[in-house]
Amino acid sequence: MTVPSTADAPKAPPVARKNRSAGAQRRAVALFIAPFAVLFLAFYAIPIVYAIVQSLLTVEREGTFGAPRQVFGGLVQYEQVFQDSAFWTSVGRVLLFGAVQVPIMLGLALLFALLLDSPLLKGKKFFRLAFFAPYAVPGVIAAIMWGFLYSPSLSPFGAVTSNVDFLSAELVLWAIANIVTWVYVGYNMLIIYASLLAIPTEIYEAARLDGANNVQIAWRIKIPLVVPAIILTAVFSIIGTLQLLAEPQTLRSFSSAINSTFTPNLAVYTTASVPNYNLAAAFSVVLALATFILSFVFLKSTQRKVTQ
Amino acid sequence: MSSSTTAPRRPRGAGPTEPDGAVDHGRGPRQSIMSRSAAMLVMGVFTLYFLTPIWWLLTTSTKTGSEITSTVPLWFTANSFGTFFDNLARLFTYGDGLFGRWLINSAIYAGVGALIGTIVAAMCGYALAKYEFKGREAIFNIVLSGVLVPATALALPLFLIFSQANLTNTMWAVFLPSLVSPFGVYLARIYAAASVPGELLEAARLDGSGEIRTFFTVSTRLMAPALVTIFLFQFVAIWNNFFLPLIMLRDQALFPVTLGLYAWNSQISQIPELRILVIVGALVSIVPLIIAFLALQRFWSSGLGAGGVK
Repeated sequence: MTVPSTADAPKAPPVARKNRSAGAQRRAVALFIAPFAVLFLAFYAIPIVYAIVQSLLTVEREGTFGAPRQVFGGLVQYEQVFQDSAFWTSVGRVLLFGAVQVPIMLGLALLFALLLDSPLLKGKKFFRLAFFAPYAVPGVIAAIMWGFLYSPSLSPFGAVTSNVDFLSAELVLWAIANIVTWVYVGYNMLIIYASLLAIPTEIYEAARLDGANNVQIAWRIKIPLVVPAIILTAVFSIIGTLQLLAEPQTLRSFSSAINSTFTPNLAVYTTASVPNYNLAAAFSVVLALATFILSFVFLKSTQRKVTQ
Repeated sequence: MSSSTTAPRRPRGAGPTEPDGAVDHGRGPRQSIMSRSAAMLVMGVFTLYFLTPIWWLLTTSTKTGSEITSTVPLWFTANSFGTFFDNLARLFTYGDGLFGRWLINSAIYAGVGALIGTIVAAMCGYALAKYEFKGREAIFNIVLSGVLVPATALALPLFLIFSQANLTNTMWAVFLPSLVSPFGVYLARIYAAASVPGELLEAARLDGSGEIRTFFTVSTRLMAPALVTIFLFQFVAIWNNFFLPLIMLRDQALFPVTLGLYAWNSQISQIPELRILVIVGALVSIVPLIIAFLALQRFWSSGLGAGGVK
């Protein structure tokens, strides 16, 4: 568009050109950002506001048979949320799950990434793909697969599953932890491995000259340098843990030990199916806030440690 | 496959300091063989852990419903080949070809959704990385908080909003919310900052190229590996999304394949013949993702690297 004018007047004063290009840039920025901004507002920001509004409403009826109508109820729903022991049991359950499963998963991912990055292995490309393959399996499908593998009658490992009932009330949470670990270890391994590959090799050569062995190099140099990647994977794992839904919901057809409020999101779904939308909205708000605070606090506290 | 293992990125084991052996005081080759075998053993055991379930899915797909328990597990039967195609045929014809519909639906939700979502995220992330303007930090911080908001917390309010507009139980109800990916914007900003030099944009401006044209002709090419990464991860996120379709859709013909298989799986106790269809369907539904990851591996493995580094 501006081609002919610049060609005709190549000696246009630089100020004018700068202004013109500044205007063009401002328009371009607006065009670049607008599509995302509109979608974000419509399907992220407004739903959050709407959930908060809904959670502050309550349904009132005039008499037993009167038409229901929504009125402002203040924090009535939140009072109910805090008195709902099933919901808090489910929150406690996923927190316990996260406290055990996330460290195991990330520990394994780190170990595999370090081994891939060490000179000890042959066939690295094969291991990388084999370990990452489960990431291509959606949570629902993974739960169906493992559900069959756990089930005493259908499992190919009948000798194990007829003695240990992985779908019992005591073990089913850890059966789910195994499914989640199986799906996500490879993904986390790749993120950590990618950041290991970015470390300049000269550092290791210097350490080797100083007499450091592979274990020392891994422990003293590699791990500290990939801490940011580990923190990133930890935050996503924490968010994922609090959101658990697909795996337990799918396993319900294999195990009677998973009730309708097994995880917070299952509680939201069950409450919404009643339907009690206002209470379900309050659950959603509390859950989102808890997730946000937990991951934010985790980010901040680890950042401080890293900079120290 | 192993061709590239002969060309590792950095030949670290064969570093210049290693061959002379002066560094390895008192550490003979025996110990090195032991740690090599230990490493291979660990990786070998876990390879079994990661691949056995998929292998089970593959072998079981080649059996009839009654053969699942009556034949050797984790291996094929004499007529596996024929049974597999019988199973496939039944899978795609059961319920008037419902399964085929589900696959197409998933392809639309995840394929088209991730494509549009990636372009939208790339433009926004690019603007945040490459232009100075008022409110830039504020917008980026909002996007970042969006990353920390769990998507499932949005499912219920989205359902309530879509039901106000009478749009629940339509494809739009799943498709539209899936387009938004704050994490995609976050990645696009990092990638754009790292891979598109400012001097190049200046040069394009001097040549009289418009900002939008520069983005689509020059910058997207430089960001290509990153864009493939963003696309793949959004594709997987939409393909795997469970809560949104679960809460939005009633009509089975609109289900994505995951929700469809979930629905069949929960009916197995009433309709036992569905069991083998669920198993074959699970196998068929993960094949597109595995193919996509293998085909695009060159792009996303370098893209992942850029994301991890920051």
